Amino acid sequence: MFGTGLLKGLGITLKHFTDTFTDDRRKTPSRYEDSIKLDDRRRIIDQPITQEGLLTIQYPEERRLLPERFRYIPMLIWDTEVGEDRCTACGICAKVCPPQCIWIVRDMDDQGKPVTRPAEFYIDAAVCMSCSFCTEFCPFDAIKMNHDYELAVYDRYPQLVYDKEELTVPLEYYAALWPTQFAEEQERRAKEKEEERRREEEKKAAAEAKAKAKAAGAEGGEAKPRRTKEELDAMKAQAAAKAAAAKAGGAEASAPAADDAEAAAKKARLEEMKRKAAEKAAQRKKESGE
Amino acid sequence: MTEATMVAAAPAVDSSLPYNDAVPGAVVGEWAADTDKALFVAPDKLLALLTHLRDQEQYDLLSSVTCVDYSAYKGKARAGIRERFDVVYHLYSTKKGGGPVRLHVRVPDNETVPSATSVYPGANLQEREVYDLFGIKFEGHPNLRRVLTWEGFHGHPLRKDWKEAYYEEDAKPFKSRHPTGGYQWHEDKLPWGDNNTYPAGWDPDSWQEPVTYVPVSQAPHHGFGELDTQSIVINLGPHHPSTHGVFRMLTRMEGETILALEPEMGYLHRNHEKIGERNTWLMNMPFTDRLDYINSMSNNLGYALAVEKLLNIEVPERAQYIRVIMAELTRIINHTWSIGFILNDLGALQTPALYAIEEREMILDLFEEVSGARLMCNYMRFGGVVRDLTPGWEERAKYLVHDRLPRALDQLDELLSGNEIVKARGRGVGYLPAKDLIALSVSGPMIRAAGIPYDIRKAEPYCIYDRFDFDIPTLPESDIYARYYIRLLEARESVKILQQALRDIPKKGEVLGGKGGYTFRPVEGEAYARVEAPKGELGYFVVSDNKANPYRYHVRSPSFINLNALGPMSVGYKVADAVVILGAIDIVLGEVDR
Repeated sequence: MFGTGLLKGLGITLKHFTDTFTDDRRKTPSRYEDSIKLDDRRRIIDQPITQEGLLTIQYPEERRLLPERFRYIPMLIWDTEVGEDRCTACGICAKVCPPQCIWIVRDMDDQGKPVTRPAEFYIDAAVCMSCSFCTEFCPFDAIKMNHDYELAVYDRYPQLVYDKEELTVPLEYYAALWPTQFAEEQERRAKEKEEERRREEEKKAAAEAKAKAKAAGAEGGEAKPRRTKEELDAMKAQAAAKAAAAKAGGAEASAPAADDAEAAAKKARLEEMKRKAAEKAAQRKKESGE
Repeated sequence: MTEATMVAAAPAVDSSLPYNDAVPGAVVGEWAADTDKALFVAPDKLLALLTHLRDQEQYDLLSSVTCVDYSAYKGKARAGIRERFDVVYHLYSTKKGGGPVRLHVRVPDNETVPSATSVYPGANLQEREVYDLFGIKFEGHPNLRRVLTWEGFHGHPLRKDWKEAYYEEDAKPFKSRHPTGGYQWHEDKLPWGDNNTYPAGWDPDSWQEPVTYVPVSQAPHHGFGELDTQSIVINLGPHHPSTHGVFRMLTRMEGETILALEPEMGYLHRNHEKIGERNTWLMNMPFTDRLDYINSMSNNLGYALAVEKLLNIEVPERAQYIRVIMAELTRIINHTWSIGFILNDLGALQTPALYAIEEREMILDLFEEVSGARLMCNYMRFGGVVRDLTPGWEERAKYLVHDRLPRALDQLDELLSGNEIVKARGRGVGYLPAKDLIALSVSGPMIRAAGIPYDIRKAEPYCIYDRFDFDIPTLPESDIYARYYIRLLEARESVKILQQALRDIPKKGEVLGGKGGYTFRPVEGEAYARVEAPKGELGYFVVSDNKANPYRYHVRSPSFINLNALGPMSVGYKVADAVVILGAIDIVLGEVDR
């Protein structure tokens, strides 16, 4: 009969309408059932795969729950355990970047020798295509994808060109955003460290054995050590001083004492980030607890 | 070409080369590279050979026409060869299936090649593209003018000596980035205006677009029926919602009836292939996402397959299954989405499209969970996929393909297939016989809706498609309705494949084969890999110079080549039908314009 197709179709649209509408008129619509409530208005909603009817999220009060692997713009990790940037300015991220939106200037020490630390680090977020190659190939786990997608500004340049300050986040922030990957990484890093320590010890033992053998072999001869004890001590002292300087420089981000204000601002910024990270971590915890 | 002329011009013929017994002297050599074999063809015998291949050897589908500029090629295989360009043809058989016949025609600078349009009308747009980007003239082409760039464009961008605006270096990574890479804004370095040139004698201010385009100019201008009415030229687009992006249909109409229609494109042209030559092999992967941005997964897959051919990497078992699962999920997205949009074009504004989006959201959530992005997935790598599935992903996917998707497809079917308006608008509209569609190099659901059971997944199986049990649905009508309905049937077949793949996928295992890393130097040679993308045959033609960057990177995009059929299909129908005819081809401008 002419018109049956139309009527059938109308039946389906009616079903869709009731699916969406009746659910929305309930005291607690189904979309709020498993959501994370931040305060009276703000929520984080995860769309279940069993959702029937249309699901509307009232952005910006309500937001989607982002999956862990969500990638937006890269961020640099500040290793709070060690108190320095994880980045060593090796430049691999700049090499693999398809739109070539990463600029790195390697830092130098007082003698003008390059050190494994970036002096400047820029990412042009207007050019970045969020491919996450930089994070994939970073050998130091120093660059990761941020989940923060609200980057709207009035001008592309210079506001969307992020410098090192703007890109750096503390390790806790990353741990909160990427819990699974972070745990895996920590495990791997601990293993690597252990391996390194073991190798070092083996090396030491081998060297000692060698020295012993040499001493035994050259008994009577002149077993002259390559360096005198004084020389060795001096070198050790020098190395320790250098390490301390690097550490202090890293912790204070090489801010001279005169630039107290700048250092304070930096510190405040880091604190703020930590606070944010803690907030996100709490949010994650809450969500995994429920 | 007559038989007499063919025999007459037959000096020293190497009969050990294929086809030389049928068309003497046509094939003058082989590129017996380690990769795929190519035949070198004498330019004056090209048409005779193409005719022979089409009529006698059943190679009825001229899939791809492209060109390579060898002027900077260091390859040994090319030693001593003076011709600058190679025009490359890929011919396939829809009857026999199987691999291609690849023909190379060597062309010195400033010389012409006979146009293949008289044998395969489908060469039309592709030869125009080669002319546009390489400057090679095709003799006998009915409408040889620029297609992706405009008439005021200076030079031919895919020539190796052409430099783009903001040109930095020939290949990435650029040296200015590290270790002393202070940021400079490009636009400050090269202010607009200094790098914008026009061809000699070209004045942008006095230029007016001529309406002399073939075939619009050849259609009758006046004198219809009893009254001496005049036909008019109307532009549909480029800014019109029915064109699915920035796309223009130049039409000549008598009243509301279309006399001639010509697609105009290139508004979104960004020279994807030139960018691809600057990029390293791996860097191209996220760029392929941006071709057909609805199906980034199948774009990734096609490119990965092409480069894997050159690199000779084994893909682990689990990764093979993941690839198939992703490719089929993306097909369902595309088909439901395109059904929604065909209906949009028919005037069923948004309702079917919104219902289609509901399921698409679920699939995109799954994509986002494994790859980190909903559209620009960037998920495949040479040798597998970048990350394993997350815990619980397979269960959710199973729920989707066993319960939700079949239900949703049935619902779409019930909503639309019996609808009297859909039938009235769709039946018999946009008809083109199967023979013509093949001749116009059309592929994908379009030819299956014309009754040709040609699907690359069966004809030349890639990945592990030969392990799954599925059918190639066909419909005989070749009209709008059939093109709508075939997509629904294909989506159901995809669900079938997905159910099998999710059942058989190994529970554990590697997902990335090969050595990994970010630098690849494939062996010298060329490779063409094609996949049955949701819109048709998506092919990637890559030429390697044993360097970290591709020497040539070409995308045979189904959306672009399927537009060959738009003009012939629309003639004789009303202007409102043309909108639906375009919608049923299912184009994405990111892929058309590249």
